[in-house]
Amino acid sequence: MSDELQPIPDTEPIKDPGLPEHLYRPQDVDESQAKRTERQISWMFRVAGLLFIAFVVAYIAIDIDATFLGWSAQNFAFGVTLGGGMLLIGVGIIQWAKKLMGDHEMIEMRHPAASSDEDRVAVMEQINDGISESGFGRRPMIRNSLLGSMALLGLPAIVLLRDLGPLPHDQRKTVWAKGMRLVNDVTGTPIKPSDLQVGQLVNGEPAVVYETDDDGQPVLHGTELLQVKSKAAIIVVRMRPEDITPDKGKENWGIDGILCFSKICTHVGCPISLWEQQTHHLLCPCHQSTFDLGDNGKVIFGPAHRPLPQLPLGLDDEGYLIAMSDFPDIIAPSYPELARDQKKLDNKS
Amino acid sequence: MSTTEEYTPIQDTGVGKKAAGPVGWLDDRLGLAGVAKKNLRKVFPEHWSFMLGEIALWSFVVLLLTGVFLTLWFQPSMTEVEYHGSYMPFNGLEMSQAYKSTLDISFDIRGGLLIRQIHHWAAALFVAAMIVHMLRVFFTGAYRRPREINWLIGVGLFSLGLVEGFAGYSLPDDLLSGTGLRFVDGLIRSIPLVGSFIEFFLFGGEFPGDEIIPRLYMAHILLIPAILLGLVGAHMLLLVYHKHTQWPGPGRTEKNVVGYPMLPVYAAKAGGFFFVVFGFTALMGALLQINPIWIYGPYNPSEVTAGSQPDWYMGFSEGLVRLMPGWESTFFNYTWSWNVFIPGVGGLTTLFIILGAWPFIEQWITGDKREHHLLERPRNAPVRTSIGVAGMTAYGVAWAAGGNDILATQFHMDIYTLTWIFRVALFVAPFIAFMITKRICIGLQRADANRILHGYETGVIERSPDGGFSERHAPLPVGQQYVLTAHDRVPVLEAPAETDENGVAAPHSRKEKVRAKLQAFYYRDALDKPTVEDVHHAKEHLGEHDGHPVELGDEFQGVSETGIPRVH
Repeated sequence: MSDELQPIPDTEPIKDPGLPEHLYRPQDVDESQAKRTERQISWMFRVAGLLFIAFVVAYIAIDIDATFLGWSAQNFAFGVTLGGGMLLIGVGIIQWAKKLMGDHEMIEMRHPAASSDEDRVAVMEQINDGISESGFGRRPMIRNSLLGSMALLGLPAIVLLRDLGPLPHDQRKTVWAKGMRLVNDVTGTPIKPSDLQVGQLVNGEPAVVYETDDDGQPVLHGTELLQVKSKAAIIVVRMRPEDITPDKGKENWGIDGILCFSKICTHVGCPISLWEQQTHHLLCPCHQSTFDLGDNGKVIFGPAHRPLPQLPLGLDDEGYLIAMSDFPDIIAPSYPELARDQKKLDNKS
Repeated sequence: MSTTEEYTPIQDTGVGKKAAGPVGWLDDRLGLAGVAKKNLRKVFPEHWSFMLGEIALWSFVVLLLTGVFLTLWFQPSMTEVEYHGSYMPFNGLEMSQAYKSTLDISFDIRGGLLIRQIHHWAAALFVAAMIVHMLRVFFTGAYRRPREINWLIGVGLFSLGLVEGFAGYSLPDDLLSGTGLRFVDGLIRSIPLVGSFIEFFLFGGEFPGDEIIPRLYMAHILLIPAILLGLVGAHMLLLVYHKHTQWPGPGRTEKNVVGYPMLPVYAAKAGGFFFVVFGFTALMGALLQINPIWIYGPYNPSEVTAGSQPDWYMGFSEGLVRLMPGWESTFFNYTWSWNVFIPGVGGLTTLFIILGAWPFIEQWITGDKREHHLLERPRNAPVRTSIGVAGMTAYGVAWAAGGNDILATQFHMDIYTLTWIFRVALFVAPFIAFMITKRICIGLQRADANRILHGYETGVIERSPDGGFSERHAPLPVGQQYVLTAHDRVPVLEAPAETDENGVAAPHSRKEKVRAKLQAFYYRDALDKPTVEDVHHAKEHLGEHDGHPVELGDEFQGVSETGIPRVH
């Protein structure tokens, strides 16, 4: 069977009648129609010009705070004059092409995309001349050593990229440590169990986020602050103690039904905050992974796999909520070395 | 302008006399006349669907122009500064310089908001136009030989366009774009074995670091646009070299191209269309708000808004990520995040691989390696059309799933039920779409054959001597009959030979069997166009109805239901 599947040879049922007769437009046969179209198009260009002048006037005259129908007056005026003017120019040119320019269809013959056989042969001969005159095939030693050195040139190119960033580090750690207070993420005030009612959720941060040094300057700022927040953000919830079914070893991680979980979704790292009081479910607004906070933050729906890590809580001398350690489970989205890092954490505790 | 008008030779016109010197000077040095001679009056065929790619091209130019304007003020830096600009609610707030300078462009630079909004609208339009253009090329078979390479360039433009759009979307460093970057961070971490390394190298340390925005800025304004520009140039060059495809019609064959010359008609239409696209996006920028970053606030990794959505063209990827079950496994002491990697990285990659491979797969199945310059009507390639619609359906389901939270709240549905509906639909809906589309295509093929063999319905009701009523049919104009039959016949398929001519078992027999099966699938149920005999027979048959009381006349083309004469 040949590779080229040809259609059945059959004369076509309907013969090609050839290009249809050219139809004249009103503008072709009636000069007054043509003049009228000419005037129409010219008016489009004139109005466009006026709109561009109006743009300049608006630029000078309209105050940056002014509003028009609830829009920024400037944005409205600039856009309508600029866009309207350009639209008129475009429509005018196209109208000109359609109504007044010559409209005789032309026929051009196609040629095969391939070069002629002679050209192909000539090119092959030239390449062959090039190869043989250079000795590329005859002198393998210089050829191979050249190719070898060029391949090694890739090394500096790759090595140069090494300082793009540090090697992965500290992915399993956050700033949480034994004794660090939980603070409200808006006010920065520490949290007492009595501040929380059953069913309430508070967004929190580690106290270090709001700490200041001796000069009153924040300890963390800029990128470092964002990096800390993107790992250590928490939510504190209070449920009825009888609604909580802690896993083995987690029985004393809460205080009177107050539990603390990482706010960072274990799926791709969105901060989770949609809290359903009645069901104790926490829904991630990005991809709808749902965690049951009454049941150790286990995933009950959605693309997340790992439960929401829980932070063991305690109380300090003044009665404020504190962390009893860093997160025993790794927070934030999974990464290849997670399994290994988790084992290290488990061995430590 | 009548066609008999005599043109004045250009050397005798005023312009010709003035330009002769400078043009001669240039040609003495550049020798451009040789190239210009072949191309200035080059013929381009006309059809509305050929304009879709032009929308993409011009919106790309709009992006370049407005983008240059934005770079004059935008500062791609993640250094934290205190805001003291015109937008009072943020007075004294800490934010990155990138976010601050975007606020400045929006509130303190006159026209800045307009250009920013045009830029964002043009980006959304750019990707949309590329996709619609690609669908046009797909459904008409315009990617067939010799245009496979141009199809691949198109796939490259599409994929880079998505990356370019996403990079730009991330630059303002507002809460929404930061959430998008957080998603990318999670996506990168999910890459097996090397995810952490790529993450730390890309972000210059732990997320978010202070390098990602300057780096994305470089990619967004230099690296990717330069590649896009080169690919667009190659796309256009190949278009000129191959000459544009055309729809079959009277006088339009595989060997010629019929249309208007580049100078003046096509240049005017295409050039004018640039102003239409720019004007249109400018009006959108004036009247339709897009990406109001001042509502979202500066990026804060511990905050997010409900209803976070990427720009529309990332919606299908987002949807796949939402639909994926939470699969993650551990082996060889490594964590493998299938839940993110398969839909996030795998979804996009699969899309591009299928798109890029399709012309070659189809060629292998059909064995059709001839050059094609005439477009195929989608109905005349039922399986290709149905596969295309099935693909669009899968894309559409994934895209809608990317907004499942919005759909759930708008239609008061349970989000989990809705997600399950989408999960099932992602696999089932494409099959249903395939079957429905194929039946529609075959139905349309039958209707075409019917119009050839039995003519069209004139709308004229006749009463026979014995009292029966019937609608009179009349033959279509021959030009239209030609359009309906100017496509290839369905080939007769042979089973692959089990043995070669010497009776020895054929070596590639299994591969050939698979191919034969696919070929049968590709052509199954497709209706062939009428043969010469069919048409001849039908004419005789129509002749038996002679003796109509009224002659219809040459001008008659049928009447509508309300009795108004029709024009085909």
